[in-house]
Amino acid sequence: MINRSGVSSERLFNAVVYALAAIIILLVLYPLLFVVSASVSDPARVLDGGVWLLPKGLTLEAYTNIFHNNEVWIGYRNTIVYTASGTVINIIMTTLAAYPLSRPDLPGRKMLMLLITLTMFFSGGLIPTYLLVKDLGMVDTIWSLVVPGAISTYNLIVMRTYFQSSIPWEIQEAGHIDGCSNWRLLVNIILPLSKPILAVMVLFYAVGHWNSFFNALIYMRDESHYPLQLVLREILMISQSAAVDGNVGLEDKILLAESIKYAIIIVSSLPVWIMYPFVQRHFVTGVMIGSIKG
Amino acid sequence: MRPAEANHPTTSPRSRSMRGSRLFKKIARRYDLYLMLLLPIAWYLLFQYGPLYGLQIAFKDFNPAKGIVGSKWVGFEHFTRFFDSYYFWRLLWNTISINLFSLLIAFPIPIVLALIIQELPSRGFSKWLQNITYLPHFISIVVIVGMLQLFLSPKSGPVNGLIEAFGGTPIRFLEEAAWFKPIFISSNIWQNMGWQSIMYIAALIGINPQLYEAAKMDGASRLRRIWHISLPGIVPVIVILLILDIGHFMNIGFEKVLLMQNSMNIEASDVISTFVYTTGILKGEYSYTAAIGLFNAVINLALLLLVNRFARKLSETSLW
Repeated sequence: MINRSGVSSERLFNAVVYALAAIIILLVLYPLLFVVSASVSDPARVLDGGVWLLPKGLTLEAYTNIFHNNEVWIGYRNTIVYTASGTVINIIMTTLAAYPLSRPDLPGRKMLMLLITLTMFFSGGLIPTYLLVKDLGMVDTIWSLVVPGAISTYNLIVMRTYFQSSIPWEIQEAGHIDGCSNWRLLVNIILPLSKPILAVMVLFYAVGHWNSFFNALIYMRDESHYPLQLVLREILMISQSAAVDGNVGLEDKILLAESIKYAIIIVSSLPVWIMYPFVQRHFVTGVMIGSIKG
Repeated sequence: MRPAEANHPTTSPRSRSMRGSRLFKKIARRYDLYLMLLLPIAWYLLFQYGPLYGLQIAFKDFNPAKGIVGSKWVGFEHFTRFFDSYYFWRLLWNTISINLFSLLIAFPIPIVLALIIQELPSRGFSKWLQNITYLPHFISIVVIVGMLQLFLSPKSGPVNGLIEAFGGTPIRFLEEAAWFKPIFISSNIWQNMGWQSIMYIAALIGINPQLYEAAKMDGASRLRRIWHISLPGIVPVIVILLILDIGHFMNIGFEKVLLMQNSMNIEASDVISTFVYTTGILKGEYSYTAAIGLFNAVINLALLLLVNRFARKLSETSLW
């Protein structure tokens, strides 16, 4: 039997663990709650520092301002187009690479995997890639955002691992004996068995596209091509530089920018946050598969 | 599960041409697999190996009109120019210190979080803790930096509100060089600790429960069980993640540094990769910055190889 001091030290330990967990939850949630509260508060109260947890002077003004802001709409539309088409290209290319490379009977497989894995650890870098994309005439077109990143080598390896470890080789051999071609094997047998990994890949790639801004920053010149993140960056940066200058005449403008800052953060993250509870499980699965053999 | 790679020609003395033709036959028999690989291989050649070929401009005076091949060779001129420039040491120090501090401070936190998640007696609470701490990982970097601006604002941010409430004067966090690194690293922790803990949680679940039972019988306290069972059980994962972290040691968080950078904190926020962007892409000094990028990549690769080798010797865990 456990003695009395054992029981109380056990209790103390539990109390400490609970306390730590509670502190972590508060630290993670507080900034998010603050932004949500500030986004629905009276901008003047926010600027005074009056809002710190709960909304003050409830108003949806910021959201209606954003609703009437053309740039935000264009950015939203562009991001949806880039994310959708980029993800389709990602999935097709990654599958076309991962499946053959998962086949033990592919001649030269080790060599190809080596050449592919090498690119994870050493690459040409920003400038040569930029010059290449420029030479290909992709600048200021959607291609510059969806083609240079068509395959993520990490995702390719995760998918290949899944094909290798989760689909019994016997099924594929049986298909071969029945005279099934490799294309039919992939489309009719492998892919239907691979829905979990396909879901993971769609999510990884789609969130990546949704959140990315740097490629658009270097390749997009025309503002009407800007994705949402870049529009967001402009709004955040402009009002910050105005604040640094401390220009009094700009006060109204700053107030407007300040008031929509909080709301636009919410608006731009909303799709990801809405999807999050439903798909969170798949993300974790993806990381776990990746950890089997990275 | 993995079928034996039986029909590989490993039999010894045979003429090269015969082997070549056999390989050719085998490729021909699997031609449709290669057909699938056609686009991906073309993509790797163009977008991964193409830039590697383009790296030669680091040793040339690249002139867009003459093209990569037509430009004049200048040897190591760009490298020496970089090493001799007054900002070389600043760039190197900032790049190394940001990553080193991140490694020292941010790396252990997901391990602690994973242990807390495992030790929580209530399953429900532990699930909540996981789901909440994973969430910030999905917020874009632009939004994170925007939130930092709002949160740390000298006028309206709650942090300065708290400082004022205790009688202090507001601090312009984002415009002071001394604050750049602490803010950069702590916001990284806020965003990524949950996500990075997943691997450790998976490893902890994989530890044989009988080990804990046996330790309990021997009267080991829970702290002792963590120290003697949990931690040793996840050492291989720790080593692998450490190697991977060092594998992009010189590149961590470049986009975020760029977004947080301004003229007031440049002393602390100027790193090699942002310098390559501002000088290369914005000012068009392609050859010079390609050389700097190459210097960065070589150091990175050297670090990775070194750490990998070290880890293999020390703990028998390594990437390859």
